[in-house]
Amino acid sequence: MLEIKGLEKKFGSLHVLKGLDLEIPLGQITVIIGGSGTGKSVLLKHIVGLIKPDRGQVLLDKRDLNQLGGEALKRERMRFGLLFQDAALFDSMSVFENIAFPLREHRSDLAEAEVVELVKRKLLQVKLPGIEEKYPSELSGGMRKRVGLARATVLDPEIMLYDEPTTGLDPITTKAIDELIVQTQQDLDATSVIISHDIQSTLRIANRIAMLHDGKIVASGSPREFLESEHKVVRDFLTPALERIEINGS
Amino acid sequence: MITAIARSWQLVLSFVSELGSFLTLFYEALVACFRPPFRWKQFLKQLEFIGVHSSFIIILTGLFTGAVLALQSGKAFRLFNAEAVTGSVVALSLMRELSPVMTGLMVAARCGSAMAAEIGTMNVTQQVDALKVMSVDPVSYLISPRVLATTIMMPLLSIVFTVTGMIGSYIVAIGILGINDAIYFDKIDQYVEMQDVWDGLIKATCFGVIVAVVGCQRGFQARGGAEGVGRATTQAVVYASVSILVSDYFLTAFMY
Ligand SMILES: Nc1ncnc2c1ncn2[C@@H]1O[C@H](COP(=O)(O)OP(=O)(O)OP(=O)(O)O)[C@@H](O)[C@H]1O
Ligand SMILES: [Mg+2]
Repeated sequence: MLEIKGLEKKFGSLHVLKGLDLEIPLGQITVIIGGSGTGKSVLLKHIVGLIKPDRGQVLLDKRDLNQLGGEALKRERMRFGLLFQDAALFDSMSVFENIAFPLREHRSDLAEAEVVELVKRKLLQVKLPGIEEKYPSELSGGMRKRVGLARATVLDPEIMLYDEPTTGLDPITTKAIDELIVQTQQDLDATSVIISHDIQSTLRIANRIAMLHDGKIVASGSPREFLESEHKVVRDFLTPALERIEINGS
Repeated sequence: MITAIARSWQLVLSFVSELGSFLTLFYEALVACFRPPFRWKQFLKQLEFIGVHSSFIIILTGLFTGAVLALQSGKAFRLFNAEAVTGSVVALSLMRELSPVMTGLMVAARCGSAMAAEIGTMNVTQQVDALKVMSVDPVSYLISPRVLATTIMMPLLSIVFTVTGMIGSYIVAIGILGINDAIYFDKIDQYVEMQDVWDGLIKATCFGVIVAVVGCQRGFQARGGAEGVGRATTQAVVYASVSILVSDYFLTAFMY
């Protein structure tokens, strides 16, 4: 169980998280939804300890990640993979070097040929075969995101955190990435935490959904519970996405 | 009055805290040097960038600094018929002062700024965060190789500066001022001691640490997009240059 208790964070006068509680069951897909600028990315960064909370805890196996320092924190972080919202690729490295980077750092047992093979397979999974030699600046936003996805998952982490994995992708690629996430989760029995604005695919792949609003988790439950929720904020958020589509023109 | 005192107190406090963060980063970088994995690839890349790629500019500035020194001091010494010591005066000023200081300033402008810009950009685009998430210590990956490489390269570049400076001074002294070249070398031999060489190299080494640590620290602190990176880059050069000149005084005072 990944447990977040009473998380509070202020940036100057901006109170982003106001005592947020959330339980993330292991081995499942949890999707976090919420309006833009409500602090979803900030929450994700707290989970991997990139941001220190003003108050509150992030507990993994009952241990507070923020109490860990140095080597212990490094070891715990090995269990996580994080896809940044804007991919955060190393822009001085080629796509190949980016994806091979975690392997080179932590899997020195792999031979060069194995690394090449693994990178190739990862790129195929994200539907970008053969772009190894390109540099991040030569890629589109959606391509960068998928390279980031390949890099974040290349070590098969136990807990994968995705910050809007499919934002900016076309419907077909979105579906492929969704399937990849589900597949990864099933194959490795991994835990996935996804931030998403895509209600359709959220309902399709989530085991649990949590809604962030005004610095707190205001609702959480299964997709069905969510659809049937009477909570005003949830209703307001879901309604536009689930309305029948009105076609422009006649 | 009270606000003035309060403001200067604030200034002192922020100076002390900045100094503290430079020292902390230096300590961390030093510790990371001795902890595996050693970043050979990064280290060699920095050696090349700082050492090899700076050598042209160091040769050029060294040549002209030595030449102008010889011209100025040679003309001044001629006033009391002592132009024979020109060579030794130039050699001493180069070794003890100008080579380490000028090399420090050149490397600060060329490499310290690049370090701040590179690391600063990585910082504001979350690449440093990405390193952390991948359990790679940014200090050991980014900072230690730079600090180590600069510390090693600075005394070497300073030697290059002195040698080319002496060539420049020789050309001016013999060619333009018409000093006898046997006397020129004899006086150098007479007045310059090994200790002068060592003192200069110690200074250069200290300046190497300053340039790299300041450059990296400013980059690490960079916030707020392109403007933040720009500010970090400027500050890296200004802080490093000022620190070099200030610490030069104290190092000199300490050495005699
Ligand atoms: N490092 C930071 N320093 C200061 N303020 C920050 C920082 N990071 C985030 N914020 C602020 O915190 C708030 C939440 O940001 P966050 O990036 O978490 O939003 P989000 O929910 O991910 O939005 P989106 O869906 O648009 O990505 C924003 O108002 C943002 O300005
Ligand atoms: Mg976000």
